Amino acid sequence: MNGRSVNKIRVGALQRTLTMIPPGCPGCQHLTIGRIIGEVLEDLDIDGKAIAVTGIGDHSTIGVLNVDTIQGSHGGATDMATAIKRLLPDTPVYTVQGDGDCLAIGAGSFLGALSRGELITIILCNNGNYGSTGGQLAPTTPMGQKTPTTPQGRSAASGGYPIGAAELAATFRGVAYSARGALLDPRGYQRTKGMVRKAFQKQIAAAGLSFVEILSACPANWHLSPVESLKWIEEQMIPEFPLGEFKNVERAG
Amino acid sequence: MANGRLMQGNEAVGWGALNAGCDGFFGYPITPQNEVPEWFAREFPSRGKVFVQSPSETAAIMMLYGGAGAGFRVMTSTSSPGWGLMQEGMSHLAAAELPCVIVLVQRGGPGQGSIRHAQMDYRCVTRTGGGGGYRNIVLAPASVQEVHDLVQLAFHLADKYRNPVVVLSDGILGLIGETVDLKPLDFGPLPDKDWAVRGRDRQKDVVRRYVHSCPSTAPPPCGYPDYVSWLEHTGHKYQAIEDSEIRYEAYESEDADLLLVAYGYASRVSKEAIMAARAEGIRVGLVRPITLWPFPFQVLRDKAGRGCSFLVVEDSLGQMVEDVRTAAGGEAPVHFLGLLSRHLPTDGGMILPDRVYEEIRRLV
Repeated sequence: MNGRSVNKIRVGALQRTLTMIPPGCPGCQHLTIGRIIGEVLEDLDIDGKAIAVTGIGDHSTIGVLNVDTIQGSHGGATDMATAIKRLLPDTPVYTVQGDGDCLAIGAGSFLGALSRGELITIILCNNGNYGSTGGQLAPTTPMGQKTPTTPQGRSAASGGYPIGAAELAATFRGVAYSARGALLDPRGYQRTKGMVRKAFQKQIAAAGLSFVEILSACPANWHLSPVESLKWIEEQMIPEFPLGEFKNVERAG
Repeated sequence: MANGRLMQGNEAVGWGALNAGCDGFFGYPITPQNEVPEWFAREFPSRGKVFVQSPSETAAIMMLYGGAGAGFRVMTSTSSPGWGLMQEGMSHLAAAELPCVIVLVQRGGPGQGSIRHAQMDYRCVTRTGGGGGYRNIVLAPASVQEVHDLVQLAFHLADKYRNPVVVLSDGILGLIGETVDLKPLDFGPLPDKDWAVRGRDRQKDVVRRYVHSCPSTAPPPCGYPDYVSWLEHTGHKYQAIEDSEIRYEAYESEDADLLLVAYGYASRVSKEAIMAARAEGIRVGLVRPITLWPFPFQVLRDKAGRGCSFLVVEDSLGQMVEDVRTAAGGEAPVHFLGLLSRHLPTDGGMILPDRVYEEIRRLV
């Protein structure tokens, strides 16, 4: 990667990718995810040739990175990324998607891309609710969590169970890498950044589809402070969505 | 015809796309257009071009969004139920002002309908099915040769106006065999796609591109300062298309007292009936709209003003006839011969030339 150490920890402002301050609520970790993506793209020196595809939802604020970006419909990002990658095979192509975008309305497209083993990277921002529409039930809402559409708390009878996307992706032959990270502390940040870096490296090596799910705090819709939100992730989300790598192979198939 | 070659209408879609320099095809099997994706699967990868069988028509149209947004000539094809699934994507493509081509091989509807021919999608194609009041350019071929040629024109118009273009075929045109001259057509120069995403450092100005379908909350496409200015621009664009892209064929129409109006397979049937009627000295002709949107209102309006009456032949319960009535503006009678005049009451029934001839005789 141009002789630059990919393990170097960068703490200063991003030179190339973070040229605009993205809009967001206080304590929203989607913006932190955006920063991680920017750091990895700069570390790997691919920000100038990468193409980002965002879905629709609060995660799409990550689309303000200084990278050529295309924003699609709700749920269509993996389809769009598929076409771009097939037409521009030497271009790093990644999607940034929310839990509703990727796992509810876009589930068919997501599974299609996984099954075809598209040589793209999918970054899933899992905040357990529909952030931009008021915090309603998402496929990843933890059991018991109250949302505007589960006012008594999510129950199996009405809302079913959360989807474990990283575990699901790992079962597909076309997938080379699948992992889940969280951003509770600097260590978690670095660990998650390492996952995102590996995911892009898998794509560069044309190893298969790479997928990283990142648990992301949504204090505004959770009605918690930013600090309480991190506690919520630790106590309510991580037991449902364990962290780690679920698949890491040299070549999918 | 040096390059003359016998083929089905559905295969002519592929050859037309190839001659137009199409880069990628994304589609889902559905009858009666399966020969289209099968042609691309067979012919495109070996030429270094992209073919992807999408997991749905919803996905296919989003693949077009991605491919078109990266500046490539991309297309899909489908039949009526699949067209319904594409409507959200069509609205997004219109909002992002992305050029692409959609071939719709009509079958009977509504719902699952039939897997045989029909002309029952005129209304939803010309009026558009997604939210937001955008426009599709709609081209209607009437022969296998014209399928081949209009697919090429479709790519040109799509790039010229940064707008999706629909080629409206049907189950008969798709499956009949005719000889085609596989000639690439040159429609003139086109602007650079300097708006496309291709990687920031690959842009001439090394400035990031942002392609999106949300003109209210992000900077609108084409450099317009705000949402309403951009909407105004799209209105002007649609007006420019109406002003300069209307195409139609006039057949034996000069002295006609009765003018048939038909597109697609129904226009072929109508021509045969007109030939038979002309042989008996009946002054009957045809106006065949080639662009269904923009629709040739003015030519029909002029005919109505000169005392012509109309007979719309359309294999549906009556859709295009609404536009003909609008054109006639109450100044001329508009008759209709539709699906209820098929020779069989099943999905295999057709409006046959004898029936059209009979109706001409009845009216004059």
